[in-house]
Amino acid sequence: MIDTQVLLNGIVLGALYACIAVGFSLVWGVLNIINLLHGSLIVLGAYLAQMAFTHLGLHPFLSLLPVAAVMFAFGYLLQLLVLNRIIAEQVLVTLVLTFGLDLLLYNAMVLSFTATPRRILLDLGRIEFSDIVLPVDRLAVMLLALLLTGVLYALLRGSRLGRAIVAVRMDRDTATLMGIRVPRVYAITFGIGALMAGAAGSLIAIVFPFSPGLGETLLGKAFVVCVLGGLGTVLGALAGGVALGMIDSVFGIWLGPQNATIIGFAALLLVLLVRPAGLVGRVGYE
Amino acid sequence: MQGEAAGENKQVFGLALAAAAVCLVAAMPLLGGNYAVRVSTTICMFVTMGLSWNFIGGYAGYPSFATAAFFGFGAYAGAILQTRGVPMLAAWVAATVSTALFSCMLGFAILRLRGHYFAVGSFAVLELVKLVASNWAGLTGGGSGLNLPIVPGGPEFAGRVFLYSMLGLAILTFVVAILVDRSRLGFGLRCIRQNESAANMLGVDVDRLKIAAFVLSAMFVGTSGAIYASWVSYIDPTDMFSVLMTIKVPVMVMLGGAGTLFGPIVGVVVFQLLEEKIWSSFLEVHSGVLGLVIVLLVFLLPGGLLRLPARLRLVRGGQAVA
Amino acid sequence: MTADAILEVRKLSKAFGGVRAVNDVSFSVGRGEIIGLIGPNGAGKTTLVNLMTGVLPPTSGTVLFDGIDVTRQKPHQAARRGIARTFQIVQPFPEMTVLENVTAATLFAAGADSISAAREQAREHLEFVGIGRLATAPSRALTLPDRKRLELAKGLAMRPRVLMLDEVNAGLNSGEIDAALDLIRRVSARGVTIIIIEHLMKVVFSLSHRVLVLHQGALISQGKPTEVAEDENVIRAYLGARFAERHKGLVRHA
Repeated sequence: MIDTQVLLNGIVLGALYACIAVGFSLVWGVLNIINLLHGSLIVLGAYLAQMAFTHLGLHPFLSLLPVAAVMFAFGYLLQLLVLNRIIAEQVLVTLVLTFGLDLLLYNAMVLSFTATPRRILLDLGRIEFSDIVLPVDRLAVMLLALLLTGVLYALLRGSRLGRAIVAVRMDRDTATLMGIRVPRVYAITFGIGALMAGAAGSLIAIVFPFSPGLGETLLGKAFVVCVLGGLGTVLGALAGGVALGMIDSVFGIWLGPQNATIIGFAALLLVLLVRPAGLVGRVGYE
Repeated sequence: MQGEAAGENKQVFGLALAAAAVCLVAAMPLLGGNYAVRVSTTICMFVTMGLSWNFIGGYAGYPSFATAAFFGFGAYAGAILQTRGVPMLAAWVAATVSTALFSCMLGFAILRLRGHYFAVGSFAVLELVKLVASNWAGLTGGGSGLNLPIVPGGPEFAGRVFLYSMLGLAILTFVVAILVDRSRLGFGLRCIRQNESAANMLGVDVDRLKIAAFVLSAMFVGTSGAIYASWVSYIDPTDMFSVLMTIKVPVMVMLGGAGTLFGPIVGVVVFQLLEEKIWSSFLEVHSGVLGLVIVLLVFLLPGGLLRLPARLRLVRGGQAVA
Repeated sequence: MTADAILEVRKLSKAFGGVRAVNDVSFSVGRGEIIGLIGPNGAGKTTLVNLMTGVLPPTSGTVLFDGIDVTRQKPHQAARRGIARTFQIVQPFPEMTVLENVTAATLFAAGADSISAAREQAREHLEFVGIGRLATAPSRALTLPDRKRLELAKGLAMRPRVLMLDEVNAGLNSGEIDAALDLIRRVSARGVTIIIIEHLMKVVFSLSHRVLVLHQGALISQGKPTEVAEDENVIRAYLGARFAERHKGLVRHA
């Protein structure tokens, strides 16, 4: 009934959504901060990639690394200098603060780049077999998104830093007692969040036209992915990403993209009410 | 004992100031031009919204981002009725009642959530209602919006009608706020905010109080939406369910002091006057400046303006009560 | 249901996943009794209190209060019925004064007519426990013994018929404990039934009419303090099977 093309689109979207959301999810899970800046950080990454392409001739697959590095530094500093001071504050304060910071970033981007949509156009052709069409740039983006997510997963599991981050996420006080320098972990985690956002932005620049206003939409997607999949884990972001990708793809064809978004938010509410920990998350890690 | 007397004096002083402000606003059509009347009407509207949000966000401590959802809901309820011939005032009353019912149902669902999840849930409600309004074109006019009948009698007369309507609503909401602040409900909500499970175990019916606070936070916002719709005569989903508004209202209350009786009023007035000054000067950097104001607010005025004297006293006295 | 029992627990169980925190516990508490509830750490004492006060729903079993089935009650209903409890880790309302903390109890649990009436009653309770002079102090700024008294005042302010004290003496020195015991005796003299969770045997023995011993969720012994102290099961639970074996005859001859 649901044809393979729709399923395939869902997976491609899903990988991208997972990449978009994983940084957001990590910051929320570890620092307990809902980073309303996240959408704009993605868009910033897209602009950086696009400018590297047009002014420096850097292919976006290559500019991924420098863009990610720049974004990491930006995020790290932002956390260290600004967000660290309100880390223990109540939910309303952190939300309002990151909203204010987002407004600043948004305005800065509108002034610098104008609101005209931009895009990186790579003409890589399409792959066609039976009745499925897959543009190569989308395929590449999907693979890169999965690769990035996979690298993050490996980092969190395998490295000392990764384990420190997971420890802080599970129990900040005990982590401090174990000798982990929590403020530094916070700064690095936020940096990673910004890095993933920037990388996701580079990928988005290839497949969608973007402008400063896209940030809000992307943030909305990140929210839904996090709640659907569960906070703070890469697997959660993947599960949620694929789930939302499927919802958008299937319902997008059926009911139109606007209504598909309704279904996405309705799913978010439903999951919040029934299983707040999400598909993969474990209760208590909130 | 001395503390209580001082508190009483402050309240009386505050009420006297509020009464003076009401007189000032009421006299605005004579004192100022159309612009002043318009700004005053907007201030009254936000005062209502701020006082309302304060019930759930300030007293109960549940950070709600559903304000714009209720505003838009009330606006559309009123507008839809008016386009079908219902007289304006009746439409406003119906909008109030329907928003109250809507929030009651919603409350049962989402007040089980806490902290971030409640915030996200309330925000999702806003997005959902916006999307429904955008797509149910048959009822709401969809993206093209709805036109409402214009109040006869000329623009100046209309201006006064809406000024006094918004002012009346603000006064009504303030009276309710005073009653809540002094009642068991207010006391119970404060307990809930500081320690919900302890409150529960001390006999506070937390579920019932939270719903009450949530409905109170919604119903007059719905009314203000309906009045606003009649005032501007044209509404569409993007303006009525604005994310900016749903965040600005808590920010204004925080500026004045969340959880206090006068905080929302002070915060709204200061913020709106600042915004009018800033908007007229810096159109291009409007959102950026708002962002900056928010950042400064969070770092410099954590308890809001009304708690500043107490904080300064602590700093000077050298005794930090952690 | 025993005629004179104010609280009765029948086959009460609570399972978390595969773990039975409370396992098939049954006992009854007579009006005006002081019952000591003891057991090694993790025995399920606090969980049992949570079950009796409506904080947790049981997996099975019933709780009867004055003949009424209150198994499914919500915490605030328990409070209004007259079932009060204090907490091991004191949880005041941090932004309120000492007086306001107790006023919350008189207002909501005891159902005072007005906030001012509630305040007056609260003042009396503060005087009773001995911290009347601290009424306007911020609750955050109290010393540990005073915080414990505040907890007790809150419990009393609820006009309880049954008061459950969870480790009221943790962290107190010897003199403070004696003062606390005296207070508890005075509360009991008012007719309040008391269930006291304690680790200090001196307290349990000097106060309780009867003792209940919990171990790994199950009630392994109940009776007068001296009976329970000699009960082999109890010794085994606290000190291990080898010790119980080795000292089998010893306690009886002590």
